[in-house]
Formats: sequence, C-alpha cells, structure tokens
Amino acid sequence: MIATKDVKYKYPGSTPIVFPDIQCKANDILLILGTSGVGKTTLLHLLGGILSVQQGSVIIGDRELNKLSGAATDQFRGQNIGIIFQQNHFVDALNVIENVMLAQSLAGKTSDKKAAQSLLDRLNIGHKANQHIKDLSQGEKQRVAIARAIINQPKVILADEPTSALDDINCDEVLKLLKEQAKAAGSALVIVTHDTRLKDNIPNHVILQS
Amino acid sequence: MSILQLAWRNIIKNPLNLLMSIILFGLGVGLISFLLLFNHQLKDKFDKNLAEIDLVVGAKGSPLQMILCNMYHVDNPTGNIPIKNAAPLLKDLHPLIKKAIPLSLGDNFKTYRIVGTNHDFPALYEAKLNEGKLWAKDFEVTIGKSVAEETGLKLGDKFVSSHGFNADDHTHDEQSFVVVGILEGTGAVVDQLILTNTASIWLVHAGHGDEAEHDESEENHNHEAEGHEGHAHEDHAHEENEQTGDNHEHGDSHLHDNSNSDLLHHQEQEITSVLIQYKSRTNFQALNFGRNINENTEMQAASPAIEINRLYNMIGVGTEALRWLAILIAMVSALSIFISLFKSMRERKYELAIIRVLGAGRIKVFMLIILEGLILAIIGFLIGTALSHIGMELVAKYLKADFRYSFTGWKFLDEEWWVLGVSLILGIIASIIPAIQAANTDINKTLSQK
Repeated sequence: MIATKDVKYKYPGSTPIVFPDIQCKANDILLILGTSGVGKTTLLHLLGGILSVQQGSVIIGDRELNKLSGAATDQFRGQNIGIIFQQNHFVDALNVIENVMLAQSLAGKTSDKKAAQSLLDRLNIGHKANQHIKDLSQGEKQRVAIARAIINQPKVILADEPTSALDDINCDEVLKLLKEQAKAAGSALVIVTHDTRLKDNIPNHVILQS
Repeated sequence: MSILQLAWRNIIKNPLNLLMSIILFGLGVGLISFLLLFNHQLKDKFDKNLAEIDLVVGAKGSPLQMILCNMYHVDNPTGNIPIKNAAPLLKDLHPLIKKAIPLSLGDNFKTYRIVGTNHDFPALYEAKLNEGKLWAKDFEVTIGKSVAEETGLKLGDKFVSSHGFNADDHTHDEQSFVVVGILEGTGAVVDQLILTNTASIWLVHAGHGDEAEHDESEENHNHEAEGHEGHAHEDHAHEENEQTGDNHEHGDSHLHDNSNSDLLHHQEQEITSVLIQYKSRTNFQALNFGRNINENTEMQAASPAIEINRLYNMIGVGTEALRWLAILIAMVSALSIFISLFKSMRERKYELAIIRVLGAGRIKVFMLIILEGLILAIIGFLIGTALSHIGMELVAKYLKADFRYSFTGWKFLDEEWWVLGVSLILGIIASIIPAIQAANTDINKTLSQK
C-alpha cells in the first residue's frame, strides 16, 4: 500500500539524508524507529506528501507521490493519507465533530455527521462531539486526531510519536486503538517514533540511522 | 462544512474584531450611501420643481431667496412688485415670452402656502385634477395632494387663512376660502400649495383694519428668516394694504377671470413675482432679457438654473468634505479588516497548515481568507445601507416638518449597487495580502515547529 525507493532528502547547507526503503501493506503495521535528529519527521512529511520528494520515489496505492502536482498532492493526501501529529492542531472555530467533518469535506467527500458521530463513539469520545476542542484533555484530543485521520478510510495512516508522551498503560492503550482503527479502515499503519517500547508489539520495523 | 461556512465560523469566533471592523465599515458605507440618497432626492426635488421655468421676476433682493421663495416655496419673498411695473411681461403679445405666470404670496393655511396665480401654474407641473375643478371665482381654491392629506381638507370645506407663512401669524377671519378641487400628486412643490386667483390674495389683505401690529410681526419674522443681503424690508410683502382706497373692484360684482389681461386692469395692485417661460431659450434676446430687467427696472430677474447651481455649489463644499470623510473612514475600516485578518492568520498558522494537510489546496486556503474579508465587507455594507436609509428617513421627517418637502428613506438607488461593488473590492483588497501569505505558507516548516 505504501512503499519508498531510494529516497534522499537534502536541506540547504547540510548533507543529504538517505532513507532506507520501506514497505507496508494494507492492514499491516510498520514501525519506523530512530533517535532525535535522524530525520524521522522529514520522512513522515515525505511519506505524507507534506514535503516534496527530491530524489527517489514514494508510492501510495498505485500513485507515485512525487509525480503529482502541488494541488493534486493536497487532494490525494486528503483522500488517501491520514496523519496523526505529535502535537495535534485543530480548527478553533469548530467543535469536535465539526473538526472531523471538516476532514470529510476537505477531502472532497460529503460531510456525513452520522459516520463522524459513530466513529467518535467507537473512540469513546462520542459524548464530547459538541464540545469545544480546548475543553478536551490531551488524550481526548489525540482521539479526535485519530478520528480525523481515519474518517475517510485512507490507504495509509501516518502517526508521528503517538505514544512518546504517555505512560506504559496509556501507551499500550493508544497502540491498541491505532491498530484496531487501522484494521477497521483497512489501512496501512506507519508509526514513526523514538519510543522503543513499541518494538515488542510491532514485529515489522525499520531503524533510521544517521 | 464548506469553505464559506468555515470562513463564517472564523469570523464569528472573534466578535470584538468583527464588531470593530464592521462598525467602521458600516459607518463609511453608511455615510457614502446617505450622501448619495440625500443628493439624489434633493436634486430630484429641485429638478422636478424647475418645471421649465426660465426666469423669475420679482422684487429686488437676494436672487437665490427669490428663487427659493417663488419656485420652491421655502423662503420668504423679497417683496412685491406693482403690476404696472410687471405689465410688459404680462402682455400676451410679448415676443420672447411663451408663458408668464403671476404669483401672489403672503397667506397660508396651517403653514401651507396660498398662492394667487392662474391656471397655467398647475399645468407647469402637469398636475391633474383628482377631484372637483380648478378655482374660478374669488376665494375658491384648488389644493395640492399633500395639503389635502395633511390638513384633511375636502371638497366644499371652508377655511380661514393666516397671514404670513407661519400658522400662528395673524388670522384673516373676515373671509373664508372654499375648496373646489384637489390635485393629483406630482412629487413637485404644487402638492403642498393652495392655489387660488390673484384677486383673492388682494381681497384678503384689503379687508385689514389694524396694520400697526401686523406690520411689526412681519418685520421681525423676516429679520430672522433672512439675515443676509441688503434686503429692503420696507417694500416687503404687504404694502397693498395701504392702498385700500384703490379697491374699486372690491365688494362689487367684478369677475376676476384669472387671465393676465385681467391683472393689467389693476395696475396699482401688487403681485410677488412672475414665472416666465421663453419661446426659445437660445434666442439671443432671451439671453439678455434678465439682465435688461435687472439694469433698467425696479424689478429683479433671476434664472432658476443658475441660482440652484449656485446653491449646489454652496452645499457642495459640505458634501464634498463629508464624502472625503466617508472615504477616509472606509479606508481605515479596510485597514482594520486587513490588520485583523493578518493577525488572525498568524494566530491560525497551524490551523491553516492542518487544513492543507486535510486536503485543501493553496487556492482553497487563499479563498478562505478572501471570503472572510468579503463577509466582513458584506456585513459592513448591509449595516451601512441600513444606517443610511434609516438616517435618510429621520432626516426626511425633519425636512417634512420644516419645509413640507417629502423625502423618503425607503427609496433605493442604482448607485447603491456601485457602493456594494466598491465594498466588495475593499474587502478583497483588505484580505488579499493575508490570503497570499496563507496560501504560500510552507506547511512542512510550520508543522515541524514543535
């Protein structure tokens, strides 16, 4: 479902980062491990089409990301890639369920309030649907971010450090949640993290080295 | 959740910013639109009442005052002229004059002016009869539509006039007028006049006994109303009372047939003015006609078009200043929208990045900010339009009470579409820089910042 080949990225004035080739099929989970500064976020942004590929290729489904135009990349990302950031930002003017529905409409789909509500219910935050984002706890915010990332049943879910700020119990819980939801959506799940606790639970992993 | 809805939600999230921007914008738009409405209606009134009158001849004094008094019926007369002086104008065979319409002012009923004239006068304004007939005998009157509506006078009603132009001035209780006709509305000044024959005005004043008290009040009255120009009070208005010895026709069965030639039989009587239409406006002699009167007679001639232009120019300075103030306010409001959008765009840079991540292209983000500017401009425009029309309606009430001129706040002009267009352009101008910046944001950089 997602695969890379010979991807390199060079920031101005520094040596190029060379990334190992990765691959992750639908319903599979891939863990990308690396310490700070090895280019984890850069890779995530390359995989998500947030940063354009300079060299090599990123293939999602049957499309090569680096061959899409800027606007097409934005649209493709909206429809096929769900991203959960380490720090999740929301549209302040909208409440919880509207933020989820915004993901539907920006991906070019019709807003489906029922689908959004049942997803929030599945994530155990259905009762907060009409609350303001700022009144939510960090954990609840992360669940909203997960809902927002998977509402369109993307081909790929990218998660940036989803567990690093959590204690062991919550860590396990979030991982379980991500696995369940990725499976329910039929997506490939790629987790980028320095959190080595996840290694034991996810057999399929790639380690980034500088 | 469309981009439009999102833009709207972003706007109402910040009610204080919203208020600040739209109040300023509304004030600017309101002032501009009010000036448009007011000027339009004022010009409309002035133009309608020009009634193709080329020249007004009356007593010497302020020409503008004479025009305002005799054509627009808002100021006091400059005085009266003896018929013997005006006789050349009133003769049927004058080579330059198509129509010469005599006016005699000096009385009112509940502040509605009673005008002694002939049947050519309502024809000037194309006023048709709604009920009854035009006046024929002495003390018969035909009244304008507003007079009928406001005073409740009906066909056959009798009333007693008051002297001067204020209702509380001296009342002529010796003679009463009778309503024989009511005109249809024209939108022109004739709607607010009570028309009768010239002789009725003479007769009302001829019956006067005690002049001393009356003259005094008249004198004071004019002083206040005028205060400008070396206007000759002593020849003002109603000296005809001094010549009561001359009224050979009064009391007998003489018929006043309203014609100019009839007036010529009363050389010693006075009228207030003569309204003149030329046969040909471009005739060389017509061009000099007014000047000849001014230089060679004791009367004064003035062209309504020229005097009204002069008035416009005087008002113009004020409206011009207001217009610039309005433009300035609109500019400041556009600046305030710009600042508030720019500020909120900075605060929302993560939000905008997320919107991009969720699938919105640069164009959509650009449109989002532009829409926010446009929505502010549209709300501002609506508030401004409401303010201007309500303001106009208030001013209309005031003008109606003071001048009897009917203005309205509920008339909409084509120019207001232009105001809307300019508002939208201002909204776009105010939002285009923040929109470009938002569209060009590097989402990788923004999202990499921890």
